[in-house]
Amino acid sequence: MSKTFPMGGIHPPDTKISAAAPITPLAIPAEVVIPLGQHIGAPAEAIVKAGDKVKAGQLIAETAGFISANIHSSVSGTVKKIDDVADPCGYSKKAVYITVEGDEWAEGIDRSSTLKKEITLDREAIVEKIKAGGIVGMGGASFPTNVKYMIPEGKTADTLVINGVECEPYLTADHRLMLEYADEMLVGVEILRVALGVEKAVIGIEENKPDAIKLLTEKSAEYAGITVESLHMQYPQGAEKQLIKACTGREVPSGKLPIEVGCAVNNVGTAYAVYQMVQKNQPLVERVVTVTGKQVSKPSNFLVRIGTSYAACIEAAGGLPEDTGKVISGGPMMGMAVADLSIPVAKGTSGILMLPKAESVRPEVEHCIRCGACVSVCPMGLEPYLLEKFARADKWDQAEQRAATDCMECGCCSYACPSGRPLLDYIRIAKGEINNRRRARASQ
Amino acid sequence: MWAVSIALIPAFVASVTFFGPRALAVLAVGVLSCVLTEAFIQAFMLKKPVSVSDGSAVVTGLLLAFNIPVSIPLWMVAVGGFVAIGIGKMAFGGIGNNPFNPALVGRAFMTTSFAAPMTNWRLPLVFDGSTGATPLGIIENAASTGMSAIQSELPGYFDMFIGNIGGSLGETSALAILLGGIFLIARGLIDWRTPVFFLGSLAAFTGIFWGIAPESYADPLFHVLAGGAMLGAWFMATDMTTSPMSRNGRIVFAVGAGLLTGVIRLFGAFPGGVSYAILIMNALVPAIDSHIRPKRFAQGALHEKA
Amino acid sequence: MDSTMMYSLLTLGGVAGGFAMILYIVARRFHVEEDPRVAEVEAMLPGINCGACGFPGCSGLAEALVAGAEKKDLSGMYCPPGGSDTMSAVAEYFGLAAPTSAPTVAVLRCNGSFDNSPRRAEYDGPSSCAVAHKLGTAGSACTYSCLSEGDCVAACNFEALYMDPTTGLPVVIDENCTSCGACVTACPRDLFEIRLLGKGKKPRRVWIACRNRDRGAVARKNCSVACIACGKCVRTCDTIVKAISMKDNLAYIDPDICIACGKCVPECPTGAILATFPVKAKQEDSQEPVSTGTENTH
Repeated sequence: MSKTFPMGGIHPPDTKISAAAPITPLAIPAEVVIPLGQHIGAPAEAIVKAGDKVKAGQLIAETAGFISANIHSSVSGTVKKIDDVADPCGYSKKAVYITVEGDEWAEGIDRSSTLKKEITLDREAIVEKIKAGGIVGMGGASFPTNVKYMIPEGKTADTLVINGVECEPYLTADHRLMLEYADEMLVGVEILRVALGVEKAVIGIEENKPDAIKLLTEKSAEYAGITVESLHMQYPQGAEKQLIKACTGREVPSGKLPIEVGCAVNNVGTAYAVYQMVQKNQPLVERVVTVTGKQVSKPSNFLVRIGTSYAACIEAAGGLPEDTGKVISGGPMMGMAVADLSIPVAKGTSGILMLPKAESVRPEVEHCIRCGACVSVCPMGLEPYLLEKFARADKWDQAEQRAATDCMECGCCSYACPSGRPLLDYIRIAKGEINNRRRARASQ
Repeated sequence: MWAVSIALIPAFVASVTFFGPRALAVLAVGVLSCVLTEAFIQAFMLKKPVSVSDGSAVVTGLLLAFNIPVSIPLWMVAVGGFVAIGIGKMAFGGIGNNPFNPALVGRAFMTTSFAAPMTNWRLPLVFDGSTGATPLGIIENAASTGMSAIQSELPGYFDMFIGNIGGSLGETSALAILLGGIFLIARGLIDWRTPVFFLGSLAAFTGIFWGIAPESYADPLFHVLAGGAMLGAWFMATDMTTSPMSRNGRIVFAVGAGLLTGVIRLFGAFPGGVSYAILIMNALVPAIDSHIRPKRFAQGALHEKA
Repeated sequence: MDSTMMYSLLTLGGVAGGFAMILYIVARRFHVEEDPRVAEVEAMLPGINCGACGFPGCSGLAEALVAGAEKKDLSGMYCPPGGSDTMSAVAEYFGLAAPTSAPTVAVLRCNGSFDNSPRRAEYDGPSSCAVAHKLGTAGSACTYSCLSEGDCVAACNFEALYMDPTTGLPVVIDENCTSCGACVTACPRDLFEIRLLGKGKKPRRVWIACRNRDRGAVARKNCSVACIACGKCVRTCDTIVKAISMKDNLAYIDPDICIACGKCVPECPTGAILATFPVKAKQEDSQEPVSTGTENTH
């Protein structure tokens, strides 16, 4: 029997309708909007101004703080302005607007498809390069990758875990990447393994992608340190702690990072981006985006330049179906409904999902019948029903005591609730409030 | 909740087969009184939308009727239904808020108020429909008379399994209850732990006494099949609202209810103890919920820290 | 039978005696000397523990008042829900002058009604502003505006707020508002402010009904009555009392300085400044009267 994480979790229908669609480059739009805050942490600071000429791959904004990431232009052209743009959440963030002129790349960037295998750099140089390339976690959280590889003193890593799980329904970007860029991705894994200074790297892939498991098992044979782990399908296996548990059997304690148990986790998309930067000098300026939906005429996987609008992606996939109820940025479980299709694709945009009206309606909220479904599906072993109650009654201390901050917002509880209660919505409120109070306590 | 009603169909069929058309009348009155009470309270006292269509009042009515003898006057059933829903459920705020299983509240009320009619057991029609004691009633004084003396009066295990014995409407046929229970587990509506640990602990408890003094006590299999143990374990102790939320909590709840059932049966004044055992454990659910928490992710590390 | 009764009596009597001793000892040991005046003062207060006075509940204020009376100084202690009636009763009890405070009221600093600021998307999450606020796409295109889910109405203990279904905005009933500040805390977008009620039988006050800190063009695009930070009101008021300041693309009228003359109201090109009284349009402009938005006539 294949491995998985032991507690909680759900089995939503996987609906990977775009799994057979090969990755195709999306046409470069006439204008891109590159947000300065595409990652967790401080937004980058722009170093260009209106009227500047930029080339694709050129640095346009620099890190601002320890947890931050560089931003590069994804196109060549002229900076039109630096102005606000809405993020998928709806709030305004600063962004660089660039009018596209041709497709000229900055010097030193190798756009050829020749595979470059030998790794010439050492650990520090690789981490420095990852930082320079503005590479962030491509799975969705967008945590700056280089920070993960600065191992705190007293801790040692021994295993690199690569996330090829893609447990979110609908999304196929990572799946296609593993199939079509397997060699590049494996070199990327090898680079990350060197950067972490470990012997062992495990690529975890769920069983619903047998072709990827087969291909990577074959290809990884030539790398001594890399193994492929076939995992039993279960959501949320792509969550860091659950993936480490499934692949290595280790449990990351509450409030701690994976390094606590000697692991680091990166997505397959990140490994590919690392390959592009370290071997080919190409910073993170494009990514694979799944554009899908049951009524979408051409469910696709596009290689999209960062800053391309959602509308352009949707248009290329055959346009917005008439019956669309919600457009979701990301997957259906953890993604976010967007209100404005002019917003740009960012480094963390793994998919654009169009849900028909009938499927996007929230269920009527009824009384909690204490069935315990939320408790048994919670992969962190929390009590979502109680946390919701506490959040509704402003009882933040009790919510904190019951470990609300352990919640990773996978949404299993809301999915499983037979009464349609908005459990996760309220747990988010509790988490925010608890973090505010912790900050207030710390500053006292 | 409608799924629970579907799961009760085998027991429903069994009760009508064994106890005849009057069983149908008792069931109808039980369901009607529960549904009407809930609708009346919601519409006229709370002035809120009526939610009887969720099927939970129907389940309560069915379970209540399953827990009473067929010979009972119908007006008593109606009173029981009123108490079950009015006091057992709506007084606490309706669905999801009641601490006690409403059907058992109704039954407990009827047992104390109408003691004689509530113990006027009939043997199933397939026998002769005459008045007769339940298996548990027969062994009530086994400690003094000795099991061998009453062995001839006791029904065989096969009769007890299919339900060819005296007792309440729905509790007699272990087979019918098992069918419904398996349906509920297959649909993921109940946790298998509750009935397994309930019946397991009851069997273990009675088994110890039987092992020590087989002449004074009935064997564990008898206790599992007799009285309301099957109905209680599969349909009453598994009630979502009145059982704990976490898996470990449900195990504690089920073991507690099983042991209490054994204690009441062997040492209490009543021959059967399932309903009171479950009611007592219902009262302990808040305590169980606050002390027996689900296993957290990386629980081991939490203990190390503490 | 007799001995049974005897034993019962003795046991129960013994138990009762034992408990009585424990209670007596505990009561003596942990006795706290409390000023009887605290309880009496507390009885005069409304007893709703709203916290608007800044003390922990009514007993907290009562204790502070008694302590203040020792020093013959009640200043800084005021019960907004009780108002001057309560405070003069308390002052009379101590034989001191009543602390005064100008009456205040909660004011909504947003006018993004359904018409003024059309909703961007259909929000179908839980009806809670706190939840909706997590999602910028809820409510109107303006991310500073009222979310219309009524957390403030739910927080109000005095029936001083209701949700107007036609505008999607909460309305303050001045007469009921005790300015306890519950709505100020409840609003995740900080749209309520406790401001001076104003003078007159129909109290006069003027405020900027906008919290949008976007650039003018963006703000205007999202809401027709947004403050676009043009600065006209500031320039107007600078010639009068200098009550208006500009910060982060947003004007603010200091209620302590404002004399509610209403001169700034017609100056505002978007109508973001509201007043409780009708204001005449500027002479040189057209004859159209400037809309003043709210006429609090409840």
